[in-house]
Amino acid sequence: MNLWKIAWRSIQQRPLTSTLTCLSMALGVALVVSVITTYAVVEESFHRNRSLGYHLIVGGKNGSKLELVMSTVFHIGRSEEPVPYEYYKQFLRTTDADGKSVVPDRAKYVELAVPICLGDNYQGFRVVATLPSIFDFEYAPHTAYKFAQGENFADDESGWNQAVVGAEVARRTGLKLGDTFAPTHGTGEDGEVHKENQFKVVGILAPTGTPNDRALFIHMEGFFRIAGHETADAVPKSANAKSIKSKNAASPAAKDKKNEAADHQHVHDIPDSRKIVTAILVRYGGPAFEPYVKQYGVDAAKSMADSFAATEYKKINRSQFAQAAQPVAMVSDLLERFVAPTTYVLMGLTVLTVIVAGIGVMVGIYNTMLGRRHEIAVMRALGASRATVMLVILCESILLSLIGGAAGFVLGHGIVAAAAPWIVDYTGVTVGILSFDWRSLIVVPGLVVLASVVGYLPALNAYRTDVVKGLAANA
Amino acid sequence: MLRLANVRKSYVEPNGNVLPVIDIESFHVAPGEQMVLVGRSGSGKSTLLHVIGGITRPDSGDVIVDGQSVAKLSEPQRDRLRAQKIGYVFQTFNLLPAFSALENVLLGMAFTGQKVDPARAKELLDRVGLAKRLSHKPAMLSVGEQQRVAVARALSNRPKLLLADEPTANVDAGNQQHLIDLIRQSCRDENVSLVLVTHANDIAAQFDRVERLEEINRVGAAV
Repeated sequence: MNLWKIAWRSIQQRPLTSTLTCLSMALGVALVVSVITTYAVVEESFHRNRSLGYHLIVGGKNGSKLELVMSTVFHIGRSEEPVPYEYYKQFLRTTDADGKSVVPDRAKYVELAVPICLGDNYQGFRVVATLPSIFDFEYAPHTAYKFAQGENFADDESGWNQAVVGAEVARRTGLKLGDTFAPTHGTGEDGEVHKENQFKVVGILAPTGTPNDRALFIHMEGFFRIAGHETADAVPKSANAKSIKSKNAASPAAKDKKNEAADHQHVHDIPDSRKIVTAILVRYGGPAFEPYVKQYGVDAAKSMADSFAATEYKKINRSQFAQAAQPVAMVSDLLERFVAPTTYVLMGLTVLTVIVAGIGVMVGIYNTMLGRRHEIAVMRALGASRATVMLVILCESILLSLIGGAAGFVLGHGIVAAAAPWIVDYTGVTVGILSFDWRSLIVVPGLVVLASVVGYLPALNAYRTDVVKGLAANA
Repeated sequence: MLRLANVRKSYVEPNGNVLPVIDIESFHVAPGEQMVLVGRSGSGKSTLLHVIGGITRPDSGDVIVDGQSVAKLSEPQRDRLRAQKIGYVFQTFNLLPAFSALENVLLGMAFTGQKVDPARAKELLDRVGLAKRLSHKPAMLSVGEQQRVAVARALSNRPKLLLADEPTANVDAGNQQHLIDLIRQSCRDENVSLVLVTHANDIAAQFDRVERLEEINRVGAAV
């Protein structure tokens, strides 16, 4: 017969009051746990997207870097200004008319540069026009994209009307291999449907837990051939067309102009000068770093590539018509500047809710104290000290809080599990009832401290109980 | 076992008047002795038991229980003395309703500072005829059974002194004698001194020693 058992019996003696008290605590804790767990999920989502497999995102000068990252990585919002396709070609090793390899300065240390074009959606999911090589990037450290079904779209003309869809898109839209779809213009479902341009699903990605699960990927050349997607004047307002063209060593634009008449003979051909891209994903490394790999090892070479990327980042941002964003830094910055403070505010509010629930525990126990004077007096008459009866009440407060807390813990995870489809939609991270974040364990000592504090007042009441009057209360 | 010397206790009324309740020059109970205190309602019987049990500290004088001066002990020490050496049987039983019969008896051992002994609790309940009612809550027991549980609880801590405050007052006539016999026999078995307060003359007549509170308490007549 220890103090915990005595306290437990007291709780059992008042089932309704105890249940309501536990319930209020459970609701408070459920809120805290769901906020902590959801934050952990969002944080994981952000961290997962930090490992994008590329160093820089290059886009138009107008608009912010944040918009560039959000639209490119998270498929949220839109980038204000594209860059000419010609500019993208500065990141490519090409061949000139004579078949000689041409390596622009900017492309010297580039391992992979992939353009993307945004502007369409399908049933609300972002359509990303790009090249098949986008799936050569690792979406997480040492984790390559996998195809759950089918394969990547072809890199030649046969692939122009092909598409790869993310796992979540396939699940939500029911698109299967062989199905065709027509993108809708804009980011909303109420835009004009490009009915003439049907894309055939040839691959379905395995789930990645990234926003790419919620995207459809089509060939960029197919995108350019959708009415209105190629532009007569590809060079943006802020750009200096001459400077772009002059920086292209092989001057493909000039070549395009030369061949423009011939292009018209083929209805599918669009000169590069008329193309624009929303952003360019650039990874540094590759052949230029091979000597360093041999001399210093892979890790050292990677560090050098990172340093080079940082240097290129500054150079690009000094240019007049393009800007570069470092997604890793941007995502961290985004997390620290926006997500974390918002979560802290939310956490503060939920902690306040728990404190209010704790006050509910105090009021619940305190209201029973008048009726318990006799019970306490009997214990005192049997030899229990004032400190002992005080401890019994504190034990009771702790038990009520922990029981309510445990229920809230389960409830909180239940809420998160119930919200799982929504979380998957917005973060790409799959969560279940067992999703757990160690930070939610702070609730346990937190509740004990809270229960001890809120239990103090009724415990003090028990401490001060007059034994003689208490015994007489039942006489 | 119990000795009172010049014990005085008074209460201050809300209007500031001092109301003397007890003024006992000398009173003692020998080890293993069984005696009855008889007094009319309001004569200070319960206050006297509270003073002996250390629940209330006397204004002056000394109360010696098993060689320990209760009046000189601090409150926690008096609590410990009460837990270890004194058993209480109340007029209204005072069983805790959330606890089973067995748990109520165990509660009598819970504050002694030693480990509770479930075997002894069961043996005591067996002795009072409730071996098959261990898990019953007080509400599931008859009045007589409740008081028997209270007797078992009062003996559970192996007390030196048992204070019984009108233990038969709320028990039906048919069970009163059985309960008195149970208390007296249990005290004999455990060599416990018994101070039993009652206003029932037929019960008092069964004891060798009967003290009238009005005679030993000098303020008795005024109360």
